[in-house]
Amino acid sequence: MLVNNFLLLGALLFCIGVYGVIVRKNAVLVLMSIELILNSVNINLLAFDRLWADSGNNDGNVFALYIIAVAAAEVGVGLAMVLLIFRNRKTISLDDLSEMKG
Amino acid sequence: MLFASETEHEAVAQASGWFLDHAWLIPLIPAIAFFLIIMFGKKLPRGGSEIGIASMLASLVISAGTAYQWIDLVGKTEHAEAVTHSTTWFEIGSLKVGIGSRIDGLAMMMLILVAFISTLVQIYSTEYVRGDRRYTHFFGSLTLFSAGMLTMVLAPNMVQLILGWEIMGLCSFLLIGHWWEERANSEAALKAFWTVRVGDMGLLVGTGILLALFGTLDIGEINAKAAEFTGDHKLLALGAVALFIACIGKSGQFPLHTWLPDAMAGPTPVSSLLHSSTMVVAGVFLVARLYPVFHTGLDINLAGHHFNLIAVIGGITVLIAAGLAFVQNDIKKVLAYSTVSQLGYMMMGLGVGAWMPAVFHIFTHAFFKCCLFLCAGSVAHTGSHHSFDMKKDMGGLRKKMPITFLTWMISTAALCGVPFFSGFFSKDEIIDSAKGNDYKVFFVVGLIGAFMTTAYMTRATYLTFFGKARGGAAHFVNEHEDHSHEPAHDEGHDSDDHHAPVVHGKPLVFAPDDSPWQITVPLIILGALALVAGYLNAAAKPFETDYFHRWLHSSIGVEIPEAPHFEWMNAVPSIALVAAGFIVSLLICKAVFGEGNSPLKGLTQRNAILGGVHKFLVNKYYLDALYEKVIVRGIAHPISAAAYWTNQHILDGIVNAVGKGGKRTGEMVYKYIDQGLVDGVVNGSGTTATHAGGALQPVQSGKVNLYGALLFGAAAVGALVLVLVNS
Amino acid sequence: MLLASDIQVAQNIGFGIIALVMVIGALRVVTSSNVVHAALWLIAVMAGAAAQYLLLSAEFVAVTQVLVYIGAVMVLFLFGVMLTRAKLGKDVDLDNAGAWKIGAPVALLLLGVMGYVLVKGFDDTKIAVSGEGSTVGQNSLLSDKIFSTYALPFWALSFVLLAAVIGAIVLARKD
Repeated sequence: MLVNNFLLLGALLFCIGVYGVIVRKNAVLVLMSIELILNSVNINLLAFDRLWADSGNNDGNVFALYIIAVAAAEVGVGLAMVLLIFRNRKTISLDDLSEMKG
Repeated sequence: MLFASETEHEAVAQASGWFLDHAWLIPLIPAIAFFLIIMFGKKLPRGGSEIGIASMLASLVISAGTAYQWIDLVGKTEHAEAVTHSTTWFEIGSLKVGIGSRIDGLAMMMLILVAFISTLVQIYSTEYVRGDRRYTHFFGSLTLFSAGMLTMVLAPNMVQLILGWEIMGLCSFLLIGHWWEERANSEAALKAFWTVRVGDMGLLVGTGILLALFGTLDIGEINAKAAEFTGDHKLLALGAVALFIACIGKSGQFPLHTWLPDAMAGPTPVSSLLHSSTMVVAGVFLVARLYPVFHTGLDINLAGHHFNLIAVIGGITVLIAAGLAFVQNDIKKVLAYSTVSQLGYMMMGLGVGAWMPAVFHIFTHAFFKCCLFLCAGSVAHTGSHHSFDMKKDMGGLRKKMPITFLTWMISTAALCGVPFFSGFFSKDEIIDSAKGNDYKVFFVVGLIGAFMTTAYMTRATYLTFFGKARGGAAHFVNEHEDHSHEPAHDEGHDSDDHHAPVVHGKPLVFAPDDSPWQITVPLIILGALALVAGYLNAAAKPFETDYFHRWLHSSIGVEIPEAPHFEWMNAVPSIALVAAGFIVSLLICKAVFGEGNSPLKGLTQRNAILGGVHKFLVNKYYLDALYEKVIVRGIAHPISAAAYWTNQHILDGIVNAVGKGGKRTGEMVYKYIDQGLVDGVVNGSGTTATHAGGALQPVQSGKVNLYGALLFGAAAVGALVLVLVNS
Repeated sequence: MLLASDIQVAQNIGFGIIALVMVIGALRVVTSSNVVHAALWLIAVMAGAAAQYLLLSAEFVAVTQVLVYIGAVMVLFLFGVMLTRAKLGKDVDLDNAGAWKIGAPVALLLLGVMGYVLVKGFDDTKIAVSGEGSTVGQNSLLSDKIFSTYALPFWALSFVLLAAVIGAIVLARKD
């Protein structure tokens, strides 16, 4: 198997995720797109880990696990924020959240 | 244990005992007790205090066993080495970080001290904070504090030391802010936390430098390598200074001493345990623990050097804190500044190469200062209706509170360095060593400090126990005047109902009006120790004991000159100054606070110079004002002002200048070249440039998606540029 | 000579099928006009990723992926959808109007750059087939790494999770 199979798949998923982050308006969907991006990174890490796995080196696996844990934390806090926003404004459309406008 | 992968046994050559091998239990028991108190404390009949006291007693017993076996070891072995047990806690790359115990004389002394005083203070607290709404949390925090301090004292490496150090900082914060409903208390807690935190940065930096220099975090190895150091002296000095900054913060040395008096906002047992006898000596302990690092790094005892950082900071602290103690009306604040001043003595002692007297002063100071604070608490609890104001609510209490008065007097005598009391043997030796080690300036500083100490303690004693009862104290004294001889008084003073809703415990029989036994028994024990603790290392004739010296000698880790032999003749100046301080202060107190009419009364209002000095002292040398007004604002304001200015002048200026420049160029072009052809272009460029800033404004749309697009787009373009450049 | 074991036909076919499912799923996640459908498609992508991890002989990560992502995170997402009262069925208001005009070029530009770099850099580097007695994918090695070399990040991570739990409670509770 070519290592590029996995790397290109990761790149493709990453770009789809980026597209989702830019295009989507619903906050929950934006979070889902971010999950896509994180998964593509994990595929990359594991592919490289397997590529250089000869010497019993499995750092990639460790990082992938840590990324999964961080992603779980991120979703938890992210959705809590979305809930709070929804409760305060009755909408989770990111368009309506533009207090940061310069 | 999860991460236990190997156990290292050092010093197997020498015999060791069960207690020496299991010293790690000492901090572990209170740590477990902390969790038990937090989880089950509220359901227990005594609100968790029984777990706290039991755990401290267990720690005390093991500490005592450890001390016994260590002393035994020292007696048997010529050069007793520290007994170290360490288990790998975690690894970072090739660096293994251990956790475990390192028992030597210094650790042994601190273990006994912390466990003993914690036990007494917890017993005292059962009465003092009785009925408090956060009673359980109070005992939880006290126990966790003890666990943290014991962890630090036992630390075989810097990481465990930092761990314990930070736990203590956290508990200090929790306990100062115990009554956080009052804004002043929570602010004091925050101030203590942040001020110490400034110092803690130094601890991290210093540890990093030590790691870089010696490639190890093990305290024993660091000390051994620092003692025979030949490498980059500048770097070692930098490391020592960084570590010393941590000590300045923790031990309330000038200029970071300002948090300690504010920390008195906490309950009195907390002030007594944390902020006088144990936690605040952590900084002094660190210097003593890593003495070779400081000794080599800061050139202590080097011929021709009459000053070094530690001695100078310690000396300054002795004097300025003693000065501040004169103008305080709050009895706890007097004691707080006195603590700062005594910590200054210890630092100064370490700075002039008097390791043994300085560490001995930690030992004796802990007993008498703890006792003084508990006395103050006793007075407030029973005598002055929870007021600490000496001028308003105290006075004339000596007859009604005989135990409190007696123990206070003993401790005061010990603090002032009256001969034959414990403080005399430690403090006087610091002063003597300063002279013997050729640090003349600090010899003088020590003498002046002794004079001032006696003077302000005389003032505090006079205001509290002598003269006419005022305010709360008057109420207390009058209340017990009529029926103090009636046998029916055994029930305790229940007539206090309209002032204190709290039910007080029973007092001891021979002092029916004094505080309940939970308070007076610890006072008696501490008072007795304040009297006799000094004889462990009394160099003076006819005692000539040196137990302390023998037990602790191996902890120094570096060769320092022997303390000069004690001669009563050398002690004459300090004794004379103590006596002078007492007499002068007593006369002034009688004149100023006494009943007679004296020209001295109100002198600070009438005399401009004295008034100025008084105001200067009352405002704490304006250090707080300096920190808040000058430094904080001085840093924060310019940054925001600079940002604003940059925004207003530079960014707008660039935009405007480009626009104006464009216009001006346009005008030039207009003048010399064809007006009709170029005009539109020039005007166009000018206008475009003028509004360039405005044009970028829509980018800051506040729309998250657009920000995301910009982010990823910029990353893609950046990557593209890199690819193009490199291919 | 070209051996079948060198080409690894079965693995390549498996990879192709899973990758196809993942790409289609991912595209549906970002284009679907039904929030619940998007979430369900995301599950397909996650499951596909887990399968790819198995192909890369990272069994433990694959199992964790199924447990954490499909088991926990997706349930969280569905709760999020439910609690924010998203419309069931089609919702035309899920996308920014005209945002694809920005999104598509940016995504394509990224893909182009990354694809070019990857093809150029790893042209036809093969993943070696591990022989007898290989330690690849051995979980004891993984646990050794986590609890020794990477113990500190492990603790930091547990702290992050704790903070996230507290933060989520603080943010989401009602008062």
